[in-house]
Formats: sequence, C-alpha cells, structure tokens
Amino acid sequence: MKAAQMSLTRKFEKVCDIIARYNNDPSKLIPMLQAIQDEYRYLPEEVMVFVATSLGISPAKVYGVATFYSHFALKPKGKFIVRVCDGTACHVKRSEDIIDALRDKLNLTEKENTTSDMLFTLETVSCLGACGLAPVVVVNDEVHGEMNRAKVNELIDAIIKKEAANEQR
Amino acid sequence: MNENLIYVDGREVKIENEKNLLEIIRKANIEVPTFCYHSDLSVYGACRLCMVDVEGRGLSPSCSTPPEAGMKIKTNTGEIREIRKTIVELLLANHESNCPSCPKSTACQLQSLSKKLGVGEIKFKKLETKQPVDRSTESIVRDPNKCVLCGDCVRVCSEVQGVGVIDFAHRGSKVSVLPSFGKNLNDVECVLCGQCVRVCPTGALSVKSQINEVFKALNDKNKKVVAQIAPAVRVALGEMFGYEPGSVVTGQIVGALKHMGFNKVFDTSFTADLTVIEEANEFLTRFNKNENLPLITSCCPGWVKYAEQYYPQILPHLSSCKSPQQMFGSLAKDFLAKLYNVEPKDLVVVSIMPCTAKKFEAEREEFKHNGIAEVDHVISTYELAQMIEESGLNFKKIQPESFDMPFGFKTGAGIIFGNSGGVTEAVLRYVDEKLTNKKSDAYEYKIVRSGNGIKEFCAEINGIKINMAVVNGLANAKKAVESVKKGEKNYHFIEIMACPGGCIGGGGQPAPKEAGANAMRTQGLYDNDKMLQLHKPQQNPYIEELYKNHLGTPGSEKPHKLLHTKYHSRRRITEEGLSLINSKNARKIEVSVCVGTSCYIRGAQDLLHRLIKYIEDKEMTSIVEVKASFCFENCSKGPTVNVGGKIINRCDFETACKEIDLQAGKISDGSAA
Amino acid sequence: MSSVKNKTRVCEKLKSVALDKIKNDYEKLEAGIKRRVIICAGTGCVANGSIKIFEALQSKLAGEKMEVVVELREENKKDALHLSKSGCQGFCQMGPLMTILPENYLYVKVKPEDIDDIVGITLKTGDPVERLLYVDGATGLRCKGIEEIPFYKKQHRMILKECGIIDPEDINEYIARGGYESAKNACLTMTPESICASMIESGLRGRGGGGFPTGKKWELTRIQPEGKKYVICNGDEGDPGAFMDRSVMEGNPHSVIEGMIIAARAIGADEGYVYVRAEYPLAVKRMKKAVCDAEKIGILGDKIFGSGQNFKLNVMEGAGAFVCGEETALMASIEGKRGMPSPKPPFPAQKGLYGKPTVINNVETLASVPIIFKMGVGEFKKIGTPGSPGTKTFALTGHVANTGLIEVPFGTTLREIVNNIGGGVTDDNGKVSPDQFKAVQIGGPSGGCLTADNLDMPLDFDSLKEIGAMIGSGGLVVMNKGTCMVGVAKFFMQFTQNESCGKCVPCREGTRQMLAMLSDITEGEGTEETIAMLEKLAAVIQKSSLCGLGKTAPNPVKSTLAKFRSEYEAHIYHKYCPTKKCKALLKPQIDASKCKGCTICKKKCPVGAITGEVKKAHVIDESLCIKCAACAAACKFGAIMGV
Repeated sequence: MKAAQMSLTRKFEKVCDIIARYNNDPSKLIPMLQAIQDEYRYLPEEVMVFVATSLGISPAKVYGVATFYSHFALKPKGKFIVRVCDGTACHVKRSEDIIDALRDKLNLTEKENTTSDMLFTLETVSCLGACGLAPVVVVNDEVHGEMNRAKVNELIDAIIKKEAANEQR
Repeated sequence: MNENLIYVDGREVKIENEKNLLEIIRKANIEVPTFCYHSDLSVYGACRLCMVDVEGRGLSPSCSTPPEAGMKIKTNTGEIREIRKTIVELLLANHESNCPSCPKSTACQLQSLSKKLGVGEIKFKKLETKQPVDRSTESIVRDPNKCVLCGDCVRVCSEVQGVGVIDFAHRGSKVSVLPSFGKNLNDVECVLCGQCVRVCPTGALSVKSQINEVFKALNDKNKKVVAQIAPAVRVALGEMFGYEPGSVVTGQIVGALKHMGFNKVFDTSFTADLTVIEEANEFLTRFNKNENLPLITSCCPGWVKYAEQYYPQILPHLSSCKSPQQMFGSLAKDFLAKLYNVEPKDLVVVSIMPCTAKKFEAEREEFKHNGIAEVDHVISTYELAQMIEESGLNFKKIQPESFDMPFGFKTGAGIIFGNSGGVTEAVLRYVDEKLTNKKSDAYEYKIVRSGNGIKEFCAEINGIKINMAVVNGLANAKKAVESVKKGEKNYHFIEIMACPGGCIGGGGQPAPKEAGANAMRTQGLYDNDKMLQLHKPQQNPYIEELYKNHLGTPGSEKPHKLLHTKYHSRRRITEEGLSLINSKNARKIEVSVCVGTSCYIRGAQDLLHRLIKYIEDKEMTSIVEVKASFCFENCSKGPTVNVGGKIINRCDFETACKEIDLQAGKISDGSAA
Repeated sequence: MSSVKNKTRVCEKLKSVALDKIKNDYEKLEAGIKRRVIICAGTGCVANGSIKIFEALQSKLAGEKMEVVVELREENKKDALHLSKSGCQGFCQMGPLMTILPENYLYVKVKPEDIDDIVGITLKTGDPVERLLYVDGATGLRCKGIEEIPFYKKQHRMILKECGIIDPEDINEYIARGGYESAKNACLTMTPESICASMIESGLRGRGGGGFPTGKKWELTRIQPEGKKYVICNGDEGDPGAFMDRSVMEGNPHSVIEGMIIAARAIGADEGYVYVRAEYPLAVKRMKKAVCDAEKIGILGDKIFGSGQNFKLNVMEGAGAFVCGEETALMASIEGKRGMPSPKPPFPAQKGLYGKPTVINNVETLASVPIIFKMGVGEFKKIGTPGSPGTKTFALTGHVANTGLIEVPFGTTLREIVNNIGGGVTDDNGKVSPDQFKAVQIGGPSGGCLTADNLDMPLDFDSLKEIGAMIGSGGLVVMNKGTCMVGVAKFFMQFTQNESCGKCVPCREGTRQMLAMLSDITEGEGTEETIAMLEKLAAVIQKSSLCGLGKTAPNPVKSTLAKFRSEYEAHIYHKYCPTKKCKALLKPQIDASKCKGCTICKKKCPVGAITGEVKKAHVIDESLCIKCAACAAACKFGAIMGV
C-alpha cells in the first residue's frame, strides 16, 4: 500500500515531542493542537491523522475538535493575520465598515479570507478588550485603534511595501 | 407505601431501576418522541423532543432526568406540544424534502413524527445549501441533507464499535456529521458495519441499494440467477411485514424469491456448515501445533476490515476460511456452474444478508477471479423487503416453498451462525465428536449463549481444555485483542462479530421497532435450530457428498483453493511511523522539506509528495529518509529543503532530486570502497 | 530534579517562616523607596502603547543619576525610584495611564514625548505635569489624583483595588498587602464545613451570570463522598464588550489563586484548573507566572502552608469558543473534547470534570473570596443589597464619555453609573449630550436593554431578572439615540448564532431562523407575521434549549421588542429605519447644499447611476443605484447620504 510506505519514510519529530510532552494523554488534545499550530501556523491533515493514531483516538474526533474551536486553522493562514474586533463597542462604532474596507483593499470575500499571495488573512474576533480604542484592528499582535477606511489602507500599504523590500533583500 | 411511585399524567408508575424519566414514561405506555435517545448509548440530550413538565421544576428533558419518588409529570401539555412541533418544523425547514423517494420513506422518524404532531406548512426559511451525497462505499449512502444531527450514528460508531469514523465537525449552524477531514466514507477507516444506518432516524444514512442490478439480472434471459439467504435474515424480515421479531419466515422468503424469478434459492447456512468443518479442522491443526493461537474467526467482514486496519499484526491469527457467503459464491461459480452447465460469468450469485459489510466483502479483490466475482450482488434484509413490495407480493399470503438442493440443506449449526456465539457453538459441536471420537445426541452448548460484550469460558473435552471467548461489538473486540496482545488472556479461540448480538443485529436488518427485538431474533434462530433434524455440520449428508465427490478431505488442496483466503494490512500509519525513537541509521540521507506556511504556499507539500514517490520509485528508501519538517525561518526563500545537511532555498523538484542522487551516489561509492 | 528538591526545602522552610517574613521583608524594601511610577500594562493601555512608554522611561532614567529599581530586591539603595507595571487601572479610554506615588498623580494619555517632563518635573521635584492630568469635563478643572476624578470617585473598588497598583508579576507584593493570609487561615485554622458555612452566610452570588449562591455550590460539592474533586476557575469570559475577568487575571492573578485555594480547602479538592479565554494571551502569561511563583514558595503543591491540604493548579488556554463559558462545555474542553454542553443533572457538583465532583466559579467570584475572609462576612454584607451583597465590576463601553472598567456596590443605579462614573451619554461625534440617552445593553448576548425608565432602578441580580434582563458577566454598553435597536438585536443574534455549539435543535436551528427574520426586517423584507414568529420562536428557544447560552439567546430580541417595538414596526410597515442605520432601507441621495459638482462620484459609480453637470449638484438615480457606496467613499464633501 502506497500510504503505508509513505508514512514509513516520514516522521514528525516535533509532533512526537509535543505528544510526549503531554504524556500521550488524549485529554490534552487541545493544548497539543495549540502547540502544533504554534509550530506550523496551521494544522495539516497528515499531522492530525498522525496525532490521532498515536493517541489511539479516531481522526474524525481530532478533526471534530479542530473544527470546533475557532483558533484552530486547517488551512495555512497568511503571514499577517488581520483581526477586526467586532465586539459590541467596536460594532456600535461601525467595525463593519472596517471589515468592508479591508475586504475591498485585499480583494477578499466572506468565504475567501486569505489573499492569494498568502500575505494576509482577514478575521473577525469578538472583543479584544480594547473597547476604548474602538474600532480596533490587530495585525498579528499589534493593536491599531480608532481605525477608519483611510487608516486601513495606509496600514496595509505599509505592510506590503515592507514585505516587498524584504523579498528583494 | 407510595415512596417508589411517580405520577405520569396522573397515573401511578413504579420506579424499577429505570435510569431516566423517559423509560418510566414508556413503561406507562406513553410514547415520548425522541431522536437522540437510545438505551444502549450514552445520553446526549440534544433533540429536546422528550421535554416533559415536572411539577416544581418546569420543563425538563426526560432522557436525562433521573426519576425521583413522588415526581409528578405531565407529558402532553399545550406548551410541550408547541415545543415539539416547533422543533420538528425547524428541522424540516432545512431537511431535503424528497420524502416519497427517500430510501427511508415510511421508516423515517422525522416523517412519522411530523405526521403525528400534525405539522402543517413550514414557515421557516430553508437556509442551508445542498451538500453532496456520499455514495463512495459499496454499503452505505450518506446524505447530509437529511441529517438532523442527533448524533446517534456518532455514538454508536464510537461507543459500541469503537471505530469513531464519523464525528461532529464544525460548530453552530455549520455543524455536520462527517468522516475525518470531510472525506468520503470510502477514504477513511469505516468498516461498513452499518450500525449507523440502523440507528439513523432519517434518510441521512441508508443502505446502498443493489436492487436495480438484481432485477436487471433476473430479467436477463442469458443469466441463471441463484440466491443465498443468510440465517439472520429469516428471523428479521417478517418485522417489515407486521410479524413479531424472531418469527421464522424462511418459506415465504424462498417463495417470494422464486416468484421474482430466481432460478434457484439456496441457504447460506449450508456453507456455514462447511465453514465450521474447515475452520474446526484449521483450529485443531493449530491447536495441536500450538501455532497462531488464538484462532480468531473471520466470517464477519466488518471485523476482518477492522483487524486489517487496526491490528494487521494479528492477521495470521485470523482463520483463513472464507466466510460462508464467499464459500457459497466460490462453490457456486465452480461447482454449480458446472452442474448447470453455464459459464461462471452467466451464473449470477445474489446474497441476501443482514449486513452492509457483506456488500464490501463481495467486492474484495481476493474474491474475484479473472474479473469474475464469487458473489455478484448483495442485498440487505431491508432491500429484500423493498423488492418484495416492488414485485407486488403480499408477503403474508405467499405460499411457503423449500430451498433447492444441494445447497439448500443445512443443520442447526449453520442456522445459529446468525447469533453471537453461534460459530463457537457450531465448532464445539464438531470438535467435541472429533476429539472424543464418539457420536452423541447432545448438541446444545448454552454456556456460549447470551453473551453481552465479551463472554469467556473454558470448554473441556476429553480432558483437553480450550479457552474460548465470544465477542460482539467492535469496541469489545478491541478490548479482547488488546488483552491478548498484552498477554493478560490466554485464549485458544475467539469468535468476533462486529455487530451487537451478532448478525441478527446487523446493519442491514430493519431498525427494531421495539426494545428487545434483538433478543427475540436470537431466540428465533435457536428455536429454528431445535426444529431441524440435524444439528451438527458433520451430519449434513450434502456436505459429506460434496467432500467425497468434489473437494476431497477438509483442509486438503482443493478446499484450500476454493474455501480459504488471506487478508492484508490496511493500516495507514505503521507502527514504525509511530515510534517516537529515531532510527539511527548512519548511512541514511535525511531529506526534510519545510511545510511551514510560507513554504506550503510555494508548493512544499506537493514537492514533498513528489520526492517521496521519487525515492520509492528509485528504491532508495533504505538509504534516504524523507520527512516533513517545521519552519526553517527562511520564509522568503521557500520552499526550503534540507538534503543531508545541505539547505537548498527556493528548491524545486529537479534540484532536490539532483542533490539526493549526488549524495546517494557518495554513499554507495563509500560502501563499495 | 534539583528544582524539586529545592521546592521541598522551601516548603519545609515555609512551615515556620510563613507569610509574615515575606511581608516584613517587602515592607522594609518598600521603605527605601522614595517614589513609585506605575504604568498600566492592561490590554487596553498596552494597545495604546504603554509598554513603549515604560521602555522609554527606563532608558531615559538610565541616563539620569537616579537609583531605579524595577524589582524590589535585597540590594535596593536608599531613596530609589520604583518603576513597575500594573494590571488594568480601569480608565482604559484615557490610556496609557501612569500613576505616581506617593503623590498619587494619575497621568492620562501619556506619550513618549512626555517622558522628559515627567522625569524632569515630577520625579525630581514632586510637582505634577499639569497637562497630563485628567480634566473633569463638567468643571473644566484638572484632577490630581484618582480621588478627584469623577470616574473613580463614585466607584467602590474592592476587587479592582489592587489591580491598578500592585505588580501582578510580583507575588511578594501581593503577600505584603495581606495576600494569602485568608488562604492560610482557611488551610490551617478552618474546617471545610466552617468555610462553606461562612460562604453561605456571606451571601456571595456567582458573578458569571446566573447569580447562584457560591456557598451553596461549595457545600453541595463538599458533601459528595468521592475522593477526587476539582476546582475550576472559569476565565472564559467571552461576552463581546466585557473584560472584567481579564483585568482581574492580568492585574491581580494571585487573588484568583487564593480564592481557588480556599475553595479547594472547602470542598476537599486537590487539583484545579484555570481556564482562560484564548484571546487573552497576557492573562494566560500572568496566571501561569503566578501559579509558578506560588508553587515555588509552597503556596501551591503538596502540603500547602504546611497543612494537610494539597493543591495542584493547571492553567489551560481556551481555543476560541464562547460556549466554553458554559460550565459543562468548559469541562468537556478541558477533557480534550468539543466544547458542547451536556444535560444537567448531573450537576458539576455531583459529576463534573472527569466525572468527579467539581466546583466551577467565575474569576470575579473567586477573587471576591479572599476579600470576604479578610474583611469578615459581616462587613462584606454591609456592601450592596441584602439579596446581592458585595460589589460588581462592569465594563462600561459604548456611547459614554468615560469608558473603562468600573466597580460599584450592587444596588447602584444605572443613572449613577452612566452620568457620574461614565460622564454622560455622548452623541455620534463623541460630545456629551444627556438627551441622547437611548438604552443600556446589559449582560451581553444573554442580557437585555434597560431604558430611561430603568435609570433609577438599583442594579442587582433580582431586580434585573424581574425585568427580563440579567447581569450576565457585566458588560454595560451605553447606546445613544443614533443606535438602531433592531440592528442591536441582530448583532447579538448573529453573535449567538456564530457561537452556538450546534448541539441542541432549538438553539442551533432556532437562532439561525431568528437571525434570518431580523435580517429580513432590517432589509425591508419583514411582514406582519415576522414579529409574531420571532416571539413564538423566542419562547420555544428559551424553554427548550439545552444550556444557558441557548436559553438566554432570545433575550436581546425579547427586550428590544418589549421596549422598542415601534422601531421594529417602522422597519416592517414603513420600510424605514428611524436611526437611518439600516443600509437597505436608505434612499441614496446627494445633499445638494454640500455637493460642489466635482463629478468624482459620477466617475466612480460603477453602474452609471449618478448624473449631473460640472459645478452643479449631482443626483443619484435610485432605480440604478446598487448602494455600493463607492461614491460616498470618493466624495470629499460628505454630500452623499443613504448608501
């Protein structure tokens, strides 16, 4: 069988380390997946099947857990994760417009939230707790407050410019 | 004293070990609707249909509320009816509404509940888009558009079968029941036992029908069509036509099949007798040599697939005997084809089975020879009922007919195969006489019967002690195998059936309308055994004749060719792959491909797959180890590949291959020198 | 290995040393400090750049001839300056915040440019930098310290008291302020029975939403015969617009741990979990450090305080599911499963985590516990109302002058909160205008709306329940007259619909249908039947859902329907949104008085719906307009309305 041979020659050492760190305990699946996602930035299918098999649980169960929690990504995310806060305070201060502006700028839709060059992923998040600065946009871990359409465009352009410079180097 | 009483709609009901109010209410002969409660599964509490009014507490789900003495319950208030009706309306709003043409039509609980509750026009919007229907397997059709997310299938698959091949995925209104990663059932570890189909209240999971193919064969003048009927079918089919569970309707089935145009109708119990003789001899050989013990039965295709997937290392323990269905098919295409003077391809073998996995078994490559399958079509008990209806037959009025010979004659041993413990008992009936070398009239081994889960015992024959275990349900099978693997148990013989209760509880059987149906079917088969004149396979004159004229002696070359087979591993990730210890092979070139996000985007995954294939094709697996690795933090220069310590940025397939070849060349040069 | 040995050695030592020594040592060190600068490092201020301020100040001070300590240690010099970070100081809107002790100045909106003056003036002379002081909008006066600022003046800060002052990463400071005394007493001098009795007597009710008496919960768990029991701290605060628990975990993590130790002692648990919402990385970090520090000195682990009590505490980070705030879902999540609630009974007190009796309390509840034991049950009961003793923290946000984290006694009126603490309602331009008050949304997606009629109602568990709202976890969103209430209901319904776990039918399917109906209304598709169907469905969902999330999901709709029915009707019958917030109901129009006829909008319009001549007012053809708003974005004069 092809599949069996493939796995023979492939090992996921980091994943093994992570699983071992949690004593192969299936009840620690969530922290394990979090640690794996920290490594990969998403949860590749092969890795999840591997985790399931080593823990003696079914891949469907792992898939079920991974798809239940919004923090787990099953597809690779862009290098920059742009999160728009849509908590009550931001919503009241029209975070919707910010989302629209970002979608326009990045050419994204509700369904397709990662740019084709994998530079940006757009997400919404319910309340980052920076309500005083509403509406708020967070790029990776950096918070940008009191956003509007113009500031959104500036922000994205700056990142693109910086990236292009890096690429050339 | 009324301390043990509950008042259900004003009526007194005694509490007797019931776990919840629902059971109490049912005992009072009041039907509380539910989708997600099954007495043999864990309580889920999701459908909210079984809400009742408990005085002092208000509305409570009866499935998860333990009974307490003195409770006063109302099961049918205006408020409750309103809730139930709204719930059904909410479900129907997004339910694919092709009810008349649904395979579960008339057996669907959503349909019947809607009618019972008098649901009229649905004012809610349909908010769901149509999902593709999964027809990938031979056995089961999964139609997510009809799923009510009660989770019965999920729980039976994980709790009873221990497979867990389907589970809930996603969240909120996006929840669906899916195989892992949203794949098709055929691409995951489904053993096709069909227990999910049995518990599914709607048409979301149904048996994949082969009715059309069978009718087509029957209408084809160039084909000779023969049927085989498995033992468990005869005690369950009647339920579809108003008989009590366990009623034996063999004669009517034969009559109906003859009416439909089957040329010959035979009994799978005949080849079950044959299986016993082959398997018992195999067992005795192994027992005497103390080789590959315990012997584990292999008549159940769901169990066989499970073993192939999860325990490939125990495959040598499986009996090499084909299942009765395949023995029948094999003999039919060989012996019957000659007997009737037709080409094997023109002899169509149709199996009628209580099982969905048998459909898969019939399609296995092991059971096809020169492109001709031993068994052409497999239909379930459920489909047989459908065919009878479609043929316009009034089942209750069909004139019973008898089986055709020679493969229609069986002993009781072949009949009890349909029960968990039946194979074991049949083997004992043979082994006992063989070891004692004495004929005896006694034939019942009640010790093996009515086992729940794992039943173990020691059979002592002529001073020889045989440790045996009878297992049903794959979750129990796992326990049994694990205990053997760990050396905790020392069995000589294990019978394993995938379904609870054995074949009588198979996934192709009609959904039981009442609790205890399985027990009644089991009893039906034992009663049937009693009614027969012969009970031991070795007494079957047709079997004796078959060996004499056609097969030779049990276990000899011809039976080996026709009646035995071999199974293979289907494990996706091997033990080696799972080992946490690094194999330290100094001579190996390590190739790692970064599959971090950045490299992934630049096609690292594809590169990885191509490299693995390349290594395999060039047969370099012993010297090159390919693996995925994590971010090399070289993201702008991806994909990054590390070949034996040399890091290649912006790597493409050709560059990687070149480097691998170069380093591999050095290794072989080195070893030559 | 050696660390284990060390730990046991420290443990042994602590039996005799106790907390007093740590306290004395700390006070001695503190005496050598001349001045302390506390920079708020709560999430709000960090977002505003407070860490940069901290770093800038640190490097500035490095160049000055001043003794600066960041951590109080033995080698401190005399007359040193203590520079520290604190958790949330509460006044998030004015961040970054800086407190200077002993003068007790509160500097607001501090920028790196201000560092020179802070160092040059305040740190050298003790005088305030006037421009950094908060200006009271009502009087126009600059307020020196928090006691002069109306936002703080009207509050009663108990749980949050230490939050903005102490260094959350320094266990010694917590101990120096009397921390862990209550836990020590509980472990050494009180029986589980007496702890539970005191808690019942205190009348403390769960701050997570339902308001179930905490003491009763503990007692129910205590009496379970099972050997293994758990204590869980529910830090999965997820209501949009609520961040009280985060602030406590970030600002005073040891108070939570202390509460958990007392709970563990009370019920006989030897293991606990702090479950922190995934969106709170700072809280996770601080909780983990606090647990680690407490373990090091034997406050957590085996035989804590030298008593027979063992308590192992784990910190688990959530993975992004609001429903995990529901206790059974949270426990499923700890067990590595999908966070789906399960039916109760059995209650967690009977069968909780891993099937064992479990007490699960919210962060604020647990942080209240040591305070109660410290001040005494009698004193505690004097605060708040008889039915709801104590204080409650709220996250005050929305259209209000002062947003931030506040704490008031139960029974405080909404008017006091909005006007006195919040500084009054603001209009869409952020100006205070009292007549703009429309409603306050309380309790997030499970709560309801309070209107002007409720302004003088004392806020407590029971009074809110009576009017169909709930305190929830404590989000208070003030809304001005420009807010569309149908839109608000839809926002919350969208939220619950997204966050429903999808297990039970009424919540999964029902909220989805309710959302569709609300969308219909805001898009002008609502009919006479829609309101009736909304009400019917709301009742069914409320009565039959499996968990609290579903049972309370219809609340925002029910309460807006009750209070603002005419707004719904305007949308339905007149296809008109009174606040002009529902885009679909707006008529695209160009304000002729503002239009300069620059023709840009005409060029931008993708469907050619705009006509007009140069330098003359343009018009939009409504029948062609697709409301893409490209024109409005392009217009420099703000002349385009209704798209």
